[in-house]
Amino acid sequence: MTSAQKLAERPRTFGYDRAERRLAVRMVAPSLILMFLVAAVPIGYAVWLSLHQFSVRQAGLSRFVGLDNYLDALSSGAWWSAFGQTFTFAAASVSLELVLGTAMALLLNMTFRGRGLLRTLVLLPYAILTVVSAITWQTMFEPTLGLVTTVLRGLGLPGGDIVWLGESGYAMAVIVLADVWKTAPFVALLVLAGLQVIPDEVYEAAELDGSTKWTTFINITLPLLKPAIVLAAIFRTMDALRVFDLPFVLTRGANGTESMSMLAYTELRENRLVGEGSALSILTFLTVMAVSVIYIRFAGGNIRAAAQEKQ
Amino acid sequence: MSTVLEERRAAVQAGPGPRRTGKPLRRGESRLHPVTWIFVLAVMAFSLVPFYWLINTSLKAGESLGAGELFPSQPTLDNYFVVFRNPDFFLALRNSVIIAVVTTAVALVFASFAAYALARLKMKRKALLLTLILSVTTFPAIAIAAPMFSIWREIGLYDTLIGLIIPKLTFALPLAIYTLTSFFREIPKELEESAYIDGASPFLAFRKVILPLAVPGLATTAILVFISVWNEFLLAVTLTTSPESRPVPVAIAFFNGTSEYDQPIGAISAASVLITIPLVILVLVCQKRIVAGMTAGAVKG
Repeated sequence: MTSAQKLAERPRTFGYDRAERRLAVRMVAPSLILMFLVAAVPIGYAVWLSLHQFSVRQAGLSRFVGLDNYLDALSSGAWWSAFGQTFTFAAASVSLELVLGTAMALLLNMTFRGRGLLRTLVLLPYAILTVVSAITWQTMFEPTLGLVTTVLRGLGLPGGDIVWLGESGYAMAVIVLADVWKTAPFVALLVLAGLQVIPDEVYEAAELDGSTKWTTFINITLPLLKPAIVLAAIFRTMDALRVFDLPFVLTRGANGTESMSMLAYTELRENRLVGEGSALSILTFLTVMAVSVIYIRFAGGNIRAAAQEKQ
Repeated sequence: MSTVLEERRAAVQAGPGPRRTGKPLRRGESRLHPVTWIFVLAVMAFSLVPFYWLINTSLKAGESLGAGELFPSQPTLDNYFVVFRNPDFFLALRNSVIIAVVTTAVALVFASFAAYALARLKMKRKALLLTLILSVTTFPAIAIAAPMFSIWREIGLYDTLIGLIIPKLTFALPLAIYTLTSFFREIPKELEESAYIDGASPFLAFRKVILPLAVPGLATTAILVFISVWNEFLLAVTLTTSPESRPVPVAIAFFNGTSEYDQPIGAISAASVLITIPLVILVLVCQKRIVAGMTAGAVKG
């Protein structure tokens, strides 16, 4: 139903229009003010902090240094390696989550005995703490007591004698796995919601036309699922670019797993470099926002469609 | 049209057509192809085996911990006793409950007003406001944590519960507004209109007619916000330093088991298992609500 139709169907309620608008402003204002205080003000203050250098020895002593903190960060290897590692993590984990999540959704969309159980089991990892997910995968890959390492050793396969979290590449693989385990269910649920609104007739027509299961999936199901998958990709990418908990628990950022957020945290908390840490935080913020703008430009159609549907 | 379709379908089903030898796995199919079953079992295993191994590790101590046994030969609850003897564990639980309950409650009160206006009332620049609110949920927490760390240390809110609740609202509030907005949209518009005709003001219509109907949506939103606040780690680790204000995720990340003679991984696993049990119960009880909330407004049509 279009909004024009809705408007035409509404009874005439003169006088309520203005009352509604006034009320709307009053109802939204408290949240907007609160969000301004807890989001805009801190970020503004972070920008101010990032333009200063603070004395480590004497509290409160600072001087304006302009963009020096940014220039230092952008010319440092640490920032660019954190940048690269964050994007590597995001690309690997999000693509695996989309494939696995879509596969899970297709399974959950079938009617079979045990579907309810499967749905519950699949949802369980989503509910646990990210920190616990990290610890769980730490136990899986521990050199001596881990399940993966023990089984690989027992079967005489390579990988059994590797200290997974102690070597770059392998450490990143464990972190990606922990993330996929925890968040593929989220993708599955979004895609499942998209699957359930595809009418049966579409599949019946495809079957009558002699389409095989695979070509039906590629030519019909996947295109119809595109908005759901794009939306899941956006949500997951935004989240993956902020990754912090998993490397913090699993490696403390060592062995090629330091993310942008971790680097900023280390400068700020461990090294007590408020100006430098703030500059790194703002750079992280700008990077994430830039990616979301790019996503919206490329996937704008899907998002606008979803937004119009809502109005 | 539909009769033609049905006839053709009947014809296809009756005929021995070569494609019918394989089992078509459409909706309504009740028996799965063996290969599909393998996938189902693989997905179940992927979801469950890590949990099993966490529990397995938590039941081992001493030598059997390092042996990598698939089943603990001498299961022991020692690791759990280590956790229970650690006062920090209970402090962290208390902190997490206070932080999550207060943050969820505050976010829900503010969000219920804002979401109603955004979902139902006439308003200028509604789409822009919603986009703005949604974009806040994608902010990297470090951009809030870094300045808060400096501000709180200056005004004395560093390492306090209230100092953690305030920045957690940055993410809890937009999440609550976004989720609630899609729930309010589902309530039929006619309800307010009949309330208007009965002489109710828009606010009275909201309070007396809409809010009671939105209770399931409010509950779902509360669960989602609660889980997200409970899980949040970056703000918590940046803005706290002592057991008196550390919430559960930070306490677990820094948990050392307090025993010198054991590998801490056993006690850490035990603490992880203990902290996961209530969340698993929450998921089992509220599964439908969680799924509805996670997909609310995300995919429609």
